[in-house]
Amino acid sequence: MRRYTFLRGDNNMLEDSPFTIESFYKFLGERKLMATKCCKCETLFLPPRPMCTKCLSTNFNWVKLEGKGELISYTVIHFSTEQFQSKTPYIIGIVKLNAGLNLPGIIRDMNPKQIRVGMNLLVDFDTSIPLQWPQWPRYFFKLDTLSS
Amino acid sequence: MTQKNLVSIISSGLSKFGRLEGKCSREIFVEAAKEAFEKCPNLDPVKDIEALFIGHMGESFEHQGHTGPILADWAGLLPRPAIRIESACASSGVALRMGIMAILSGMYNIVMVGGVEKMTHRTTMDVTEFLTMASDFPFEQWNGITFPGLYALMATAHMHKYGTTEEQMARVAVKNHHNGALNPKAHIQKEITLEKVMSSRVIAWPLKLYDCSLISDGASCLILTNPNIAKTFTDIPVHIIGTGQASDTIGLYERDELTTLKAGRLAGREAYKMAQVTPKDLDIIEVHDCFTIAEIIAYEDLGLCKPGKGGNLIDQNVTNLNGEIPVNTSGGLKAKGHPVGATGTAQAYEIYLQLIGQAEKRQVSGAEIGLSYNVGGSGASATVHIFKRG
Repeated sequence: MRRYTFLRGDNNMLEDSPFTIESFYKFLGERKLMATKCCKCETLFLPPRPMCTKCLSTNFNWVKLEGKGELISYTVIHFSTEQFQSKTPYIIGIVKLNAGLNLPGIIRDMNPKQIRVGMNLLVDFDTSIPLQWPQWPRYFFKLDTLSS
Repeated sequence: MTQKNLVSIISSGLSKFGRLEGKCSREIFVEAAKEAFEKCPNLDPVKDIEALFIGHMGESFEHQGHTGPILADWAGLLPRPAIRIESACASSGVALRMGIMAILSGMYNIVMVGGVEKMTHRTTMDVTEFLTMASDFPFEQWNGITFPGLYALMATAHMHKYGTTEEQMARVAVKNHHNGALNPKAHIQKEITLEKVMSSRVIAWPLKLYDCSLISDGASCLILTNPNIAKTFTDIPVHIIGTGQASDTIGLYERDELTTLKAGRLAGREAYKMAQVTPKDLDIIEVHDCFTIAEIIAYEDLGLCKPGKGGNLIDQNVTNLNGEIPVNTSGGLKAKGHPVGATGTAQAYEIYLQLIGQAEKRQVSGAEIGLSYNVGGSGASATVHIFKRG
């Protein structure tokens, strides 16, 4: 049973949204990067999980992350699956967020020649919903010009 | 703990690896099974083989799942129980482990383990899509990360942390193609030059076409017995003395380190401990070189060198066919080919041939102890086996 309705731009999602990957993606539609924090041992999770893998608690709170971090590795994809073919070549990075969690994603508006491990990146949001299942909003990375 | 023979290999089979036009996976598996049966005339397969454990990764390739009973049927083994094991590219390494466990449980004395994959009839884009299913869907696949992309992320991190170079990775490809040129069942039996690797087109920077293993068709199998009865079937059994397996997060991004596969390290540690051997005792190794960086990381994770020094082993020719510790004498996934479900037991097949002295032009003389290391996905599954000449 859904405990909320997802209406982009109109209603905000309730803070008691279920601790699911779907909720994570739907929060992106409100331009929010949300992780979950275990109420018992305070471990952060991204993506959210229904059970804490450190202490097995099932009690969590949502935590809004700043979305800033440091690039720890990257690649430039020249040959992709069909779905991403029109975007090739595109840059993929893994970013260690300041909260300590890693997030993988596409880095937009960046010349591959300028990219380097350790650079400061920022999460941004693409709230247009792609046609492919599961039809949720997306996040991507871009240069964090203020921190760089 | 003293060293113990867990099970014995009494025979093995391998189909030709490559583009096997007009053949589907069940037919390819028969090619491997037939070799194993013919090499062991004392075995009556129909009567003696009690169960079948099969590695097979993707039902998408042939729109065919439920592979266990199909292969039991086509190998003439009905109505024996047959189980398909799916652990991505580690499927048949894990099937081997399941076969070992089945014998150690006391339930069976003789089992067949193996694997198969039919891939080359699909477009490269379809194959990329199907293999991607072994990575994390909601964060990796959905951001357009491919398998070459995942290993490229490991490579970039390794280059940044340790100074590993694209040239060192390319040398892995040159070495494995040299070995593959000596293997009549290898998919590509042709030497390549460093320049050819370095100038090949980029797939996922820093990985280029020749850093990537091959899309191949193929099948492999082994016949395992309780060690007490192995000599009934062959004068030269090979014993498995160690097995290890571990799991990790499906997402590469979820791990603390991108430059090592923790599951591989743990599987290796378990197998070494069980076998009572150290890396120095090994004469030959087959590792999971799905991409060239994976072989360099494998050297480190298996303890052949310290973390970050894998590139040096390649530079110093330590793992060459005539080196101190030859790695991937078969040509590896890079040149022998990588029909994903067949790879784990194909690695064991090569070790078996080497230990019984039948590896022909690529024979490592006097090899007594070997190791195989099979990885699933970007390292969420890993399994290590250690073998000893009987």
